Amino acid sequence: MPMLTVENLMASYGVVRALHGISLEVDEGELVALLGVNGAGKSTTLKSITGVLRPVKGTVTFLGNEITNRKPEFIVKKGISLVPEGREIFGQLTVEENLRLGAFSSYQRDRYKADLKEVFELFPILEERFTQAGGLLSGGEQQMLAIARAMMAHPKLLMLDEPSLGLSPTMTDQIFVLIKQLREMGSTILLVEQNAERALDVVDRAYLLANGEVEFAGTADDLKRKVDIASVYLGGDDADSCEVPL
Amino acid sequence: MIDLEFLINTLSLGSLYALLSLGLVLVFGILKLVNFAYGEYLMIAGYGLYFSATVLHLPWWATMIFGVLAAVLTSYLSELAAFRPVRNKSATALIVTSFAVSIFLQNAVLILVSPRARAVQLPPVFSQTVNIAGATTPVRNLLIITTTAIVLVLMSLLMKKTVLGMAMRAAADKFTTTRLMGVPANLVISAAFIISGLLAGIASIFWIGRSASVDPVTGAAPLLIAFIATVVGGMHSPTGAVVGGFVYGLLFNVLSITLPASMISYRDAFMFVIVVLFLLFRPEGIIKGGYTEERVG
Repeated sequence: MPMLTVENLMASYGVVRALHGISLEVDEGELVALLGVNGAGKSTTLKSITGVLRPVKGTVTFLGNEITNRKPEFIVKKGISLVPEGREIFGQLTVEENLRLGAFSSYQRDRYKADLKEVFELFPILEERFTQAGGLLSGGEQQMLAIARAMMAHPKLLMLDEPSLGLSPTMTDQIFVLIKQLREMGSTILLVEQNAERALDVVDRAYLLANGEVEFAGTADDLKRKVDIASVYLGGDDADSCEVPL
Repeated sequence: MIDLEFLINTLSLGSLYALLSLGLVLVFGILKLVNFAYGEYLMIAGYGLYFSATVLHLPWWATMIFGVLAAVLTSYLSELAAFRPVRNKSATALIVTSFAVSIFLQNAVLILVSPRARAVQLPPVFSQTVNIAGATTPVRNLLIITTTAIVLVLMSLLMKKTVLGMAMRAAADKFTTTRLMGVPANLVISAAFIISGLLAGIASIFWIGRSASVDPVTGAAPLLIAFIATVVGGMHSPTGAVVGGFVYGLLFNVLSITLPASMISYRDAFMFVIVVLFLLFRPEGIIKGGYTEERVG
């Protein structure tokens, strides 16, 4: 049984329908990407899975339990953590406090120190910046903090929303190295990326979304072979039919 | 120039106003709601003092605890019964709800108790004066300064050192992301209302202590003061609220001694002019907050 099953998910922003029935699956230990242009419904899918957005129709099943329409705080406790688009660091709080809140859902006093140590091994910069306000960190550092914060919850499924957005090429490289590393450590990851070519180099499978529907699903190799990725992003059939950017 | 009496007066008035505005800003920070029922929490605390003394015949210290708890309970219940159901609706719906709560509470005491003022018994220390280095000052002025200092230290520890405090600060900045950390929305919002009620209750003891009476519209004046002080100090951080409270107290006292006797009755008009100037030239208040404007949704 897949770890996460999304079936026929429909979601709207007011009167604007953003998802027209998305179905996808993520198995334990897999690294899966959701690809597509702006407005294809990638972030909306993640928001619906985490309960930030209430889907109009469809179901989300995680580890055999239906979690559709549950509150975000419930879903994170069940083991799904989202690294939101734009990083969403608590700018007024220190790095330490950001990480402490990351551990809120699964805090155990005796484990906390060890968890911090683990995070510092992956992100040494966060140890240096431990007492600084999150808002004072650079974009790349904030992205690391956002990922570290999500990992403090010991998620069974980690969802990353556009982790490379707005980062320098060097920083983007680092983030992709990190994603690979996390996967090798056994994490299950659902990755949303606009940078399709980079994503396809690291993921096992991918779903290509267009206009709120799954247009193609398959392994990374399948996708590279059968879909002209450049055309999808550079004015292919779907580019002009996507009228409502969300 | 600055004599001790003026200093103590200003500090005590500023302390009281700081407590008032801090309670208002805590809820604003998280719900982005100016809670116009806030004054009624003070009013209920006043009736709590009155009832526990005249009906229950509790000793003075117990009446104070009773009064404060009445405010805390009223604040919490208003969150549960009135604000929670409309929380995800528009900001206007929330504000209108706060007016409804305010009118409901005022009329409840009007019908259940009396439209007329009730005398509130406070310990004699509230009406005694003391002489410090030649300055004569009411003891309650020193009490309010000490109480506020203790409350502010405790509040600061709560916000900085406890996970609940961190969660509240985070929620004031990015509410949805805070929930994505697993922090229940109800927890931070209820906590904000409970602490808001607690501050209103404590402030109420000193507010009522000045007139030794309570009536159904007792809450109107402190609400207005808290609102003005937060506009002046800054709506977006607890620090702004506290600074605003002290600045308001200072302005009020400066106007009181500098305005000629014939103008003193226009003191409030001068205060409002200052507020208008703030709204025109520094609408974010003295202390700018880094918080975003995301509402609960």
